[in-house]
Amino acid sequence: MNIIDALIQGILLGGQYALFAAGLSLMFGVMRLVNLAHGDFAVLSAYGAVIIVNAFVISPLIAVLIVTPIVAALGYVLQRFLLQRTLEASPLPSILVTFGLSIIIQNVLLLTMSADQRRLTLGPFDTASIGAGGLHVGLFPLSVFLLAVILLLAVWWFIQRTPYGRLIRAVSDDPATVQLSGVNPLRVYGVAAAIAFGLVAVAGIASGVQTSFNPTAGSSLLLFAFEAVIIGGLGNLWGTLLGAVILAVAQTVGGVFFPAQQILIGHLVFLVFLAVRPQGLLKGSVTA
Amino acid sequence: MTTVASTSASSASGVPELRVRRWDRTSVVGTAVLALAGLVLLAGPYLFDVGTMSQLVELFVYIIIAAMWNLLAGYGGMLSIGQQAYIGLGAYGIVGIADLLGVNPFLSIPLAAIACGIVAIPISYLAFRLVGGYFAIGTWVIAEVIRLIVGQVPAFGAGAGYSLRSLSGMDRSLRISLVFWAALVVLIAIVVACVLFARSRRGLALTAVRDDPVSAATSGVAVQSSKRVVFVAAAMGTGAAGAILALQNLRVQPTAMFDVQWSAYMIFIVIIGGLGTLEGPILGAIVFFVLREVLSPYGPLYLIVLGVVGIAFVLFARKGIWGLISARRPVSLFSTGYRVTGLEAARGRAGGS
Repeated sequence: MNIIDALIQGILLGGQYALFAAGLSLMFGVMRLVNLAHGDFAVLSAYGAVIIVNAFVISPLIAVLIVTPIVAALGYVLQRFLLQRTLEASPLPSILVTFGLSIIIQNVLLLTMSADQRRLTLGPFDTASIGAGGLHVGLFPLSVFLLAVILLLAVWWFIQRTPYGRLIRAVSDDPATVQLSGVNPLRVYGVAAAIAFGLVAVAGIASGVQTSFNPTAGSSLLLFAFEAVIIGGLGNLWGTLLGAVILAVAQTVGGVFFPAQQILIGHLVFLVFLAVRPQGLLKGSVTA
Repeated sequence: MTTVASTSASSASGVPELRVRRWDRTSVVGTAVLALAGLVLLAGPYLFDVGTMSQLVELFVYIIIAAMWNLLAGYGGMLSIGQQAYIGLGAYGIVGIADLLGVNPFLSIPLAAIACGIVAIPISYLAFRLVGGYFAIGTWVIAEVIRLIVGQVPAFGAGAGYSLRSLSGMDRSLRISLVFWAALVVLIAIVVACVLFARSRRGLALTAVRDDPVSAATSGVAVQSSKRVVFVAAAMGTGAAGAILALQNLRVQPTAMFDVQWSAYMIFIVIIGGLGTLEGPILGAIVFFVLREVLSPYGPLYLIVLGVVGIAFVLFARKGIWGLISARRPVSLFSTGYRVTGLEAARGRAGGS
């Protein structure tokens, strides 16, 4: 029963990882940018929620609605005015600049918020669960999983089925040609970054309710997101969800057999996938 | 050494001779000054006090790890954020080889470096499946895996770390002098190896790979194997630095040794010094060292400044301080390239006739 519990927990946690991973994957898909500060923006969002919750004495559920648009706008501005300058044939500048951003964010948080562990809470909902037989499913993890699936569906629908999504795909394929038809690809990049940052904000706050966090927690979030993307296959949103679930299940089920080794087992499963199936499980075709 | 290969020697027809030189005034002076500095430093234990020597050892370590990261990124085009894996492995290599096996601690430095090189071979097969930014994160994951595994070995003191015993019986100033010499020898060996590598056929091939992998491959450069050689060499050099750190601190702890901050330092040093130049890491390490001395009392603020300065260099001075210096006139401390002289005169003559 323990294993089945862990399996369910892992699948639900996979939804949260998929939210982190989708943003990473989207930015790489559209502008070939790997954002090494990705996890740190999630943590930054969680701290943003902490500040708002404390200042206005409101639920984190409302804080999400405030923080997410702010972080999305931050993503747009960062892309237009900083990250755009790093985009060139070589990945070097974008890697170095986003790594620098990561260090800056972590240390600004250390300086302003201290190194203490923080956690967001939804009150009794944090630990509420529904169960039948010996199985228990946490209501909060279940909600996050459902939210993740809904948001991924929305992103997929937006990119695959709407005119603006077509534009994003076109810019991803060939920005120069898109420019000929009178569209500014830089603005499209900005919108893609805004979506990615919005996703990461939701993921960061959800993660902040589920587990405690500190200023340097972003690094491991980045690693999990990256592993999910590679396991699932680059440029495939559903592959990313699958990869995220596999990674999270490896962690939770592995933890049943080897307590305290969850993270290591997750990394090792990723390395096995990298060795055996470096192209990922699903074929990449879409932008994200 | 001062080879002058003369080409197109049609001086009989009145066209001035074109000369291709390896050495010019700056590299002759630069190399001489560096050689002299090396000699002075070799006498260090007779000149400096213990505190100065310890600080210099740290500077040497920074130069070594930056030179190795520069080799990876500046020549091999491989942006690793996982080089802390080899700092940790080199340090724990000393624990294993010197303390647990009982080999001479200073002989253990090259042995630990070789061990790092051996570990890097299978790692390269995994990491090379990824490119660009994903390569960067992949190397980081691998470093985390090594940290998590090493941090559980009971013989290494697990998560709490290990206090080195092999040097504990030694007189303190003698120990610091010996570590200083060892660090200096490793540093000189690595700088000389880098210069020779940059002059070599493989070094040239790799520079071609960095600048344009497809063209290099079609010109017959074995891209993957060239990169692998560099990856393994960088692991060995970084491992040697880790080994020196273990002997210097006498204490090895997994979270400190496998900290990703080491990669941040390497990257910062190379970027502000000058990526893809041999002089850059040396210059950058000195600047970093001074910045650290000035800013480290301010805690996190110090790393924020490093981040901001690093980003500014990437955006506005991609070639670092050395690039700014050599932009005005060609300067190089080491003779790595070739320079054609007499070209201006030849052009003038050709235009006049």
